[in-house]
Amino acid sequence: MSNLTLSSVSSDPRRSVAVATGRPLLELDNVSTHYVSAQGTRVVRAVDDVSLRLNAGETLGIVGESGSGKSTLALTLLRVLPQAARIVSGHIWFEGEDLVRKSDAEMRQVRGKRMAMILQDPMASLNPLFSIGDQVAEPIRVHEGTGRRAAWQRAIDLLKAVRIPSPQTRVTQYPHEMSGGMRQRIVGAIGISCEPRLLIADEPTTSLDLTIQAQYLNLLRELQREHGLALIFITHNLGIVAKMCDQLAVMYAGRVVESGPVSRIFNTPAHPYTRALLNSIPRMGDNRQRLTAIDGQPPDLSRLPVGCAFAARCPAAFDRCRTEAPPEFNLDGGRTARCWLASAAMQSGAA
Amino acid sequence: MRQFIGRRLGYSLLSLLVLSLTIFLFVRVTGDPATLLVEPGASDDDIAAIHQKFGLDQPLWMQYGLFMLHLMRGDFGQSFYYQTPVLELYLDRLPNSLLLAAVAMTFSLVVGIPTGILAAVRVGRFWDSAGKLFALLGLSLPSFFVGLVMILVFSVYLGWLPSSGTGGVLHILMPAFALGWYFAASHMRLTRSSMLEVLGSEYVKLARLKGLPQSMVICKHAFKNALIPVLTLAGINLVLMINVAVVVETVFAWPGVGRLLYEGISFRDFPVVQGVVIMGGTMIVAVNLLVDVVYAVIDPRIRLEK
Amino acid sequence: MSITSDTLILPARVPSRSGSSRLGDLPLIPIIILGTIAFMAIFANVLAPHNPEIGSLTARFRPPVWQTGGSANHLLGTDQLGRDVLSRLIFGARVSMVVGFTAVIFAGVVGTVLGIIAGYIGGWADQIIMRITDAWLALPALTFAIFLAAIVGPSMWNIVIILGAVYWTRYARVVRGEVLSLKERDFVRLAVVAGCSKWTIMRRHILPNVANSAIVLATLMLGVVIVTEASLSFLGVGVPPPQPAWGLMLSDGKQGLMVGYWWLTVFPGVCIMLMVLSANLLGDWLRVKLDPQLRQL
Repeated sequence: MSNLTLSSVSSDPRRSVAVATGRPLLELDNVSTHYVSAQGTRVVRAVDDVSLRLNAGETLGIVGESGSGKSTLALTLLRVLPQAARIVSGHIWFEGEDLVRKSDAEMRQVRGKRMAMILQDPMASLNPLFSIGDQVAEPIRVHEGTGRRAAWQRAIDLLKAVRIPSPQTRVTQYPHEMSGGMRQRIVGAIGISCEPRLLIADEPTTSLDLTIQAQYLNLLRELQREHGLALIFITHNLGIVAKMCDQLAVMYAGRVVESGPVSRIFNTPAHPYTRALLNSIPRMGDNRQRLTAIDGQPPDLSRLPVGCAFAARCPAAFDRCRTEAPPEFNLDGGRTARCWLASAAMQSGAA
Repeated sequence: MRQFIGRRLGYSLLSLLVLSLTIFLFVRVTGDPATLLVEPGASDDDIAAIHQKFGLDQPLWMQYGLFMLHLMRGDFGQSFYYQTPVLELYLDRLPNSLLLAAVAMTFSLVVGIPTGILAAVRVGRFWDSAGKLFALLGLSLPSFFVGLVMILVFSVYLGWLPSSGTGGVLHILMPAFALGWYFAASHMRLTRSSMLEVLGSEYVKLARLKGLPQSMVICKHAFKNALIPVLTLAGINLVLMINVAVVVETVFAWPGVGRLLYEGISFRDFPVVQGVVIMGGTMIVAVNLLVDVVYAVIDPRIRLEK
Repeated sequence: MSITSDTLILPARVPSRSGSSRLGDLPLIPIIILGTIAFMAIFANVLAPHNPEIGSLTARFRPPVWQTGGSANHLLGTDQLGRDVLSRLIFGARVSMVVGFTAVIFAGVVGTVLGIIAGYIGGWADQIIMRITDAWLALPALTFAIFLAAIVGPSMWNIVIILGAVYWTRYARVVRGEVLSLKERDFVRLAVVAGCSKWTIMRRHILPNVANSAIVLATLMLGVVIVTEASLSFLGVGVPPPQPAWGLMLSDGKQGLMVGYWWLTVFPGVCIMLMVLSANLLGDWLRVKLDPQLRQL
């Protein structure tokens, strides 16, 4: 993997400007997506000041509890948000272009073609009234103007590529005639059909059986290798992150609280939340009587506290945490952490 | 699937039984069968003959048996006014009602479905509010009032359209509109809510994520799925239309079964009234059964089950 | 325009439905209209300028005051028997209100009670009640009502009973559905465990909880019942003359229609429309207010 630093580019003097060794494929600068209620009274800060960077061919894992904003972030990238949501600030640089500035018509050129997404529930994602072939061939026909026959053939090839047996017969069948694992592969086939540079997978294995999960993850790995895809993996499962991802971003209450290379974070987590997440995974040979859970609940995203969002549940919280929300601090080795402890660590020279 | 159809069929037969029992009991028990079933001004002999025919002196359950026997044979009694068997009269008029209902239904779908889709796609904005207003008016205006006002405007003031009877395309326009207006509103409402539900679904989200143009997302993916409940309702409404067209047919003197019912009550021709009611109920039970069965057949999920 | 519009502008206020100023506030227009009609019905004797049942044959088919031939004596004109239209409209409100509300309440009470019994007790009672409900629901309301009217003969109270008999099934079905789900709730189970009798539970625990749905349904049904009553009157099997009813006025008005005596048709029709419209709007508002889950109704 190429040597990269993970840092943000902004005018904030507390951050350093990084020197990247290659132009990133995707770069988010302080992106915020808010949901506004109809009367304009309630604002849910689903995604708040998120900055990320991803290079071609890399895999980024985005981890967080439900409601941490990870799915909204994914939808923000592709600008497929519900009516009540707004991107209120920030830039999304994809292959040098700012996606936030694009019109919907321009975004349609991006969606499915240069950036694709796999949704969580494959049964719900596939239209029950249309055949598999129709649905796989569809993006090809729309984006590349291919004729019916040719697109149909491409669909069969794609089904082969995602290792679906006897694709010739499968291609005329309907979604409900497939098993869950097969459906998810089909959704994957749809995702890669137009050879995108980036594929976003939103909890792709959550609805699969454990035995199928491993196969599917391997498939995604192979596809990535064969097609040079960059992958964004959205999940709450740290095990998958450990297996699949090069980089990791941990989200809490709509913000990225820690990011960096996976192995380093797993070895020495910088943020208390990350630490708690890692501790809560039961391990073999662990003699503790009780499972470690994190006390408390995530905050209401429409009424975020003044200080750090995690302060109420944080075992290491001190006064400053409750009054002032920490910014993202850059740490060595291409890591960031949104924690006052990290600032202290920086000062004292520790990693 | 066979089991399903069998069960459904049994259910329908039971409903028919209850219906026939209801009609029978209402006449025999709350009404005065002697007056109702006998022609006004009949002689004593005739009255005796009627008593014989319907077994009015017999115990109730025997009367019911006779009643059902007659129904099975298609003997719904004889119209006093027309001196013809009721069933014959009914079947004679039915095509006219069917025609009216068909045109009205077409109108209601042609107007209702696109407005519903438009309202759903532009939810919260102008077209949605306009659509809601249209639906509200449609559901609040009685059909015969619409008909009367139309006659006033188009026949009396403008002289464009004939106000009664059959004869040509012009004759059917106003009654069909008056009849279909309410259903257009009803279909619009259902299309809108069904469409909104579909538009919020995961496969529509994926269709957008694929980068498909908005028109394709709506027309190809959303439309078909949203239409299913609407068409189901339309099928049932078609038969309902035939039955509630009583007033519209009366206003426009349209010779359908609704008008027949009106004549029945005007002329105190009870066998006709009873016959129309029985046929009406039977048709609706039948169409409900048909819709359920068709659903079972065409839904690929049920079809492919062993 | 797309469903998503995530530009950097905050959304404007979503336009609200006609008839209600804002979600959560009282819908003024329907309430005012219904209130006016009720007022007319109660104080008809005082408000109506003429006797609605007696007309002067010399003053037949007079147009409303603003047309030539009209007079201030008969603001909205006269009908074929010289009866004052305005007075008939005012007295007609009585029929619509009385029949409408009574029938709706009657149907509501019967339907709710039977629905609770069917839902809670289950077994044979449920089977019988549901079979009847399903079968009667297959019969279109108007047809059924006409049939019953032909049998028992028209009179105001007969009509109320007939309408009640026709429409209770709609309540029964909805209420039964609710009761079925309520039965599984903990507070009901608690009452059972505490040893309450079935009837006590139905009365004190189930009934208050289905009351909301019943009320919403009642308001929605009001419009339907009024149209049915008007239809019955129009066809001649409703409230019998000479008592004025709006539907009957429409029927009478048919005579004058072809020669352009529009006021005999338009005024009673508009009255019906306003009443039904108000009932529908009120019902919709109540539905959202009382229980958002009922939006499927």
